[in-house]
Amino acid sequence: MSDICEETLGVGLLCEGQHDPGTPPAGLRRAPSGVDGLTTEHLIINMGPQHPSTHGVLRMIVEVDGEEIVAAEVSVGYLHRGIEKLAEHRRYDAVGTLMDRGDYVSGMMGELAFALAAEQLMDVEVPRKAHWLRSLASELNRLASHLVWYGTFGLDTGAMGQFLYAMREREALLDILEALSGQRMMFNYIRPGGVVADMPTGLAEKIRTFLSTFDMYLDEYDQLLGGNEIFQARVKGIGVIDRQMALAFGLTGANLRAAGVDFDIRKARPYAAYPELDFEVPLGSTGDAWDRYTVRMAEMRQSARMISQLIDGMPEGEHTAKVPRIIRPKAGEVYASVESSRGETGIHLLSDGTEHPYRMHYRGPSLYAAQALEEILPGHLIADVVMIIGSTDIMLGELDR
Amino acid sequence: MSTLGISALKVLAALGLMLGNGVVMIYMLRKVLGHLHIRLGPIHVGWKGTLQTVMDVLKLLTKEDVTPRAVDRWLFRLAPAVVFVPSLMAYAALPFSDTWRITNLDSGLLYTFTALSLIPIGILMAGWASANKWSLLGGMRAAAQQIAYEVPLLLSVLPIVMLVGSANLGTIVEAQQGTFLAVLPRWFIVNPLFWPTFLIFVVASLVESNQTPFDMSEAESEIVAGFATEYSAMKFGLLFLSEFSNQFIVSALGVTLFFGGWTLPWLPASVVSALGPVIFLIKTYLGIFVMMWIRGTFPRVRIDQVMQLGWQRLIPISLVWIVFSGIVIKVWS
Repeated sequence: MSDICEETLGVGLLCEGQHDPGTPPAGLRRAPSGVDGLTTEHLIINMGPQHPSTHGVLRMIVEVDGEEIVAAEVSVGYLHRGIEKLAEHRRYDAVGTLMDRGDYVSGMMGELAFALAAEQLMDVEVPRKAHWLRSLASELNRLASHLVWYGTFGLDTGAMGQFLYAMREREALLDILEALSGQRMMFNYIRPGGVVADMPTGLAEKIRTFLSTFDMYLDEYDQLLGGNEIFQARVKGIGVIDRQMALAFGLTGANLRAAGVDFDIRKARPYAAYPELDFEVPLGSTGDAWDRYTVRMAEMRQSARMISQLIDGMPEGEHTAKVPRIIRPKAGEVYASVESSRGETGIHLLSDGTEHPYRMHYRGPSLYAAQALEEILPGHLIADVVMIIGSTDIMLGELDR
Repeated sequence: MSTLGISALKVLAALGLMLGNGVVMIYMLRKVLGHLHIRLGPIHVGWKGTLQTVMDVLKLLTKEDVTPRAVDRWLFRLAPAVVFVPSLMAYAALPFSDTWRITNLDSGLLYTFTALSLIPIGILMAGWASANKWSLLGGMRAAAQQIAYEVPLLLSVLPIVMLVGSANLGTIVEAQQGTFLAVLPRWFIVNPLFWPTFLIFVVASLVESNQTPFDMSEAESEIVAGFATEYSAMKFGLLFLSEFSNQFIVSALGVTLFFGGWTLPWLPASVVSALGPVIFLIKTYLGIFVMMWIRGTFPRVRIDQVMQLGWQRLIPISLVWIVFSGIVIKVWS
């Protein structure tokens, strides 16, 4: 029984019940025997899937010596909904709703990744205005997503205030996104060929009003959390993912840039309106939790900058190309990726020429970040575990699909 | 009335104060945190939500009291009482005014600290008996941090005892009566000699009452609910009540030691002696408000940093300060 378990799941510990009680669980070490005949044993703790700060339903099996982590195992899949398989039974214009439910805090980027992949197969010319609207939607959504990260990171440290402050700004952003797409989180706004609707009248003004106070509030928030000495003592130097390790684990997004690797899909493989925009890619140096914090805070400032450029330079024209009601792209295999709030969100699409994708692979950056956790957690304390998870900003919806 | 009857009445009074304080503080906590967090807090039950706490107590009383199968039943049931009783005991020596106090103990200060230091035993019992790993971690943390901070808490206030020449809390308050330089009160907080003392006292008492940023033993983002994870219904209620009560006690101690207790130098003596308990309670709740303010704003310190601060910083500093202030007091007098 245990053999089957290990073979199918690759993780001995998941089948703990079936193990011979004498054998220690695979992958974990037993504590050395103590002195004077007294022995100590390591404690194995299940962190999650029902734990207040595993950001959803991540399960961590940690082996602790006192409070210090000796070994950690990440067990994922508690939020698996089979998005990739479901996509095989949807028409191309309906997959966007699934992408919203992947990374549900930044749905626009997921939709955009799929739309870009589908458009490569469709040979369709996307109008310039659609590109700009897509970038606008992405950046607004990135701000909303980073604010959630900021708030929950605060919660992980035990500070409650910043979460609710961040939610205030996010509320304004969700109102804007609702005005743009008709929905607060499950947008289905970006479709193959363009976007679903033009900006409504007065939205530009609304966004300008939001931006006029946002920078000030962001400075305040940065001061409130990042300026706090207790917070700095908590995050500086923990959860170091250096350059080499980040590349080896395939990390992308802020987690990679915090280690000093200058890689941003918006610059490296430009899409939508990004080639026309003026923005910087913030970089860290050591790759610890503090660097990830500063990089994300700086990214928010860049996003706000981009949004104001996008509002000012919004071109005239059609918001979508002419797309047939039922999309039947040519047979082929493509990959398209975007820089989502968490890193490279990619869609690998295989088409057999029918109205459904033959196979869709969803590359979500959180899975890669979660894998790195096993490597970086040992040696830290239990309190650091939640901080490190928080600093990598993993999103279980996208991790488990 | 017999002595026994009077003693019984006094215990009832302390119990009433403790329960009343719990109800007031829960409402206050929700409102204060609410407004700090740009929300409103409770608004629906009663005027401005004032009856919300009453409803919550009713809810706790009527809830199913779950005792998980794996727990050590006796310890599990005993632990809330072991946490609750010392917390109740600590009210005995607090001077609410020159006449309003339960007992007039000459060793009042030591007695209160002793009562407070019994609490971690109950928390450790709760953590161990729960047969839950998070509870165990919470209980261990509580024990470790309370042992580490009892020492600096007591050491920090010794300069005051040396100056006053008594550990009677009433005498300490009486030593702070009157004004100097026309307006400044003679409170010990105004005296620069006691500023380091006060800082150490604030930190150590936050730890003792298990408040943010030192709420290690039930850090909800790390160890779920710590020692209280497996408790439900009124057992949980008792654990919570004693936590609020501890907060009241350390705030009241702070008021007594540094802010002149029931006295207010700018009012005539007759008014002060009539309003003593009111002044004392207002000062105490102001102290509690500051604790809630900290709770609404600050992130939590990590356990090893807490221990380091206690053993390596606060204890040496308070020892040095005892020697220094001893010399100063000797030379001054």
